[in-house]
Amino acid sequence: MPVPILAQAPYLIASVQSALTDADLIDLQSGLLDKARRRRCQGVVVDVTALDVMDSYSTRTLQSLATMLRLRGVETVIAGIQPNVAMAMVQLGLTMPDVRTALDLDEGLAYLRAKPHGRAGRGQ
Amino acid sequence: MTTTAKARGSTGRNGSSTAASPGTLKEELVAYLRRDREELRGEWVRAMAASGDLWLDSLTAREQELESVKIYNTCVDCLDSGSYPGAEEFAGQMARRVAVGAMSSERFLGGMLTLRDVCGRGLFRRFAKEPDRLNAALGVFEPVVNRILVIVAMAFNTERERLVRLQQEAIRELSTPVLQVRDRLLILPIIGLIDSERARQLTEQLLDAIRRFRARVVVMDITGVAAVDSKVANHLIQTVDAARLLGTIVILTGVSPATAQTIVTVGVDLSRMQTVGDLQGGIEVADRLLGYRVIAGDPGEAPIVPATVA
Repeated sequence: MPVPILAQAPYLIASVQSALTDADLIDLQSGLLDKARRRRCQGVVVDVTALDVMDSYSTRTLQSLATMLRLRGVETVIAGIQPNVAMAMVQLGLTMPDVRTALDLDEGLAYLRAKPHGRAGRGQ
Repeated sequence: MTTTAKARGSTGRNGSSTAASPGTLKEELVAYLRRDREELRGEWVRAMAASGDLWLDSLTAREQELESVKIYNTCVDCLDSGSYPGAEEFAGQMARRVAVGAMSSERFLGGMLTLRDVCGRGLFRRFAKEPDRLNAALGVFEPVVNRILVIVAMAFNTERERLVRLQQEAIRELSTPVLQVRDRLLILPIIGLIDSERARQLTEQLLDAIRRFRARVVVMDITGVAAVDSKVANHLIQTVDAARLLGTIVILTGVSPATAQTIVTVGVDLSRMQTVGDLQGGIEVADRLLGYRVIAGDPGEAPIVPATVA
């Protein structure tokens, strides 16, 4: 099932609804990158509340997604990782050290809003 | 009558006879114990009352009767079928009763031994004139009785172990409270030893609390952890990583000089963790991260200072 990407200017919200196949992940990645460019957005929240499994592939994809978006000056927040999912991820060594995480969508958006968006070449 | 004659004939020849006789002898035993049940059971209950082993003290006379019938029948069934699920179930039931203090295990075991004696004596009476057959009958009777007694003892043992385990769990859970000190700020004072089981439990509790209190910052204080080796340090790192995946910042406090020395000597990398000397410092840093400012009021006006301003 493809992941719906909602625009909440100046942010994008990708709300994952069900377990992701590898193809879904690739679609999500290109979809977000494309939309972030078109909408000139400043931040992205990927809400994974509904996921009860995060394997190494999805973790790595989300991580590289964050890195790619950062290259365009877009901050990424992964929100809503469930406690037991977090436990499992840590045990597998998937700690996503360079990605910003948040408790839920609310917190993720609050973090983005609180962050000064000092983009190069544009005063804020 | 025919079975008796057959059994008598075979026991006379000793040796091979014991192999052939137990089957029929067992049937006879079962039939005898069933037929004379009321007599033997009455004798048993009286014997228990006399010796003070009547474990059914708290029950009414009617309940005592039902209970003793049940035990008696269960034991005879075990003898008859050669399998012991009934005894196991019953022993488990009794063990749970002992565990909640409704019955004393000493008395119950005493009662079971009395039942063995009563039945044994019944056999003596039954086979008084045939010592060979008495011998063979006891050969059938005793292993079954011993097995039942072992099952009872094991059930008590298992029940006690289960209780100990439950209590250990309770103590463990009590020993790692997760406390909210301010809105969105939790403290986790860790005291005692950390093994992987406790580390797992601690992480679970912390993550649940983070979600429940919507915490942004957690101060994890390890002043009370006596020994930190590389294993413990790795557990702590895992806890911090898991909390971070939920979007929470973890501040580690209370690393004693000795602990610091061990950690560096062992070569564990804690540089990814934010550490502060003591709990007070940790809470101050957390306050800053959350945007709180603590302002001391005029001590003359307000002896207790509740001034926290966002």
